Amino acid sequence: MSTLHTVNKSPFEKPSLDACLAHVGGGASVLLLEDGVYAATKGTAVEERVKGALDSVKLFVLGPDLMARGLSEDRVIEGISVVDYAGFVDLAAENDKVQAWL
Amino acid sequence: MKFAIQVNEGPYQHQSSDSAYFFTKAALEKGHEVFRVFFYHDGVNNASRLTTPPQDDRNVVARWAELAEEHDLDMVVCVAAAQRRGMVDEGEMQRNGKDATNIHPRFRISGLGQLVEAAIQSDRLVVFGD
Amino acid sequence: MSETIKKFLYLNRKAPYGTIYAWESLEVVLIGAAFDQDVSLAFMDDGVYQLTKGQDTTGVGMKNFSPTYAALGDYEVKKIFVEKESLDERGLTLDDLQHLVWEDEDDDWAEKDSIRLVSREEMTAIMDDADVVFSF
Repeated sequence: MSTLHTVNKSPFEKPSLDACLAHVGGGASVLLLEDGVYAATKGTAVEERVKGALDSVKLFVLGPDLMARGLSEDRVIEGISVVDYAGFVDLAAENDKVQAWL
Repeated sequence: MKFAIQVNEGPYQHQSSDSAYFFTKAALEKGHEVFRVFFYHDGVNNASRLTTPPQDDRNVVARWAELAEEHDLDMVVCVAAAQRRGMVDEGEMQRNGKDATNIHPRFRISGLGQLVEAAIQSDRLVVFGD
Repeated sequence: MSETIKKFLYLNRKAPYGTIYAWESLEVVLIGAAFDQDVSLAFMDDGVYQLTKGQDTTGVGMKNFSPTYAALGDYEVKKIFVEKESLDERGLTLDDLQHLVWEDEDDDWAEKDSIRLVSREEMTAIMDDADVVFSF
């Protein structure tokens, strides 16, 4: 069953993203939102882990949350797609369920 | 497609109510149905009609209420969580002998069964929280 | 009530008492039991702390809700999955957790274990299999 996982924690504050990535099946989608968007940026200590995840999952980041935090799209790791709220809705609809890693 | 939305955090303290609002709005604009928005944990505080945010900030409660008005949204506040946190409607005021109400009329207080029912009736449950 | 039977998974990843999430999520499980869905509970990460034995809240003035987990069997909640890796990381074993059981009416009301220790891989499959995931 395809799942959209949502992660809203900074990877530097809580291990929610690691927990999520340790439990996703191949082909799953992961959306980074709120403080979760920091994991999507280049040059961080978690960049390699995030890049590694791209081999098995599709990663998305919520654009309005990036912008709010002063992060332009060119700071986003290649391979991570930027979506808006409408795109978030599409992801939720396209997958069979949504699982929030609160 | 039919969505159920769960909001676990109150307004202003955490972004989750804002995220839930924009998700819900986008879903409705795309022509999806939102079966219910269920406010749980501190999320029940989103229903207070007594909030007075500064004028240069968004009004979270009013924004939810306007969206509900426009789309005839069912916005439910969990009764058990509301009682703990002092969210009161007319019925709760009388039942528990309180001297005031504070819930916005676009929201209604009901049981947790409403969350479970929403999860059963909807195609997707999307949870926003901390 | 709907005739649809969905696979509900209640995801518990937070420790008790520090925040109210664990207790209020258990309240949903108890209410949800009346809806006759296919219910599973998952305890992983700090969520495994919810099930530890010997919780005593007298010194903190909060309600000790840990006995409520023992009542889950009476609510027909029989599938409680605990992730082994999460226990290991926290220096815990199954012996540190409450012994939760349910009574099997098809087997002369024999008491059966509700808790199943699962690997991270099995937990991934359990989550994948769910129709609805409740997070708190």
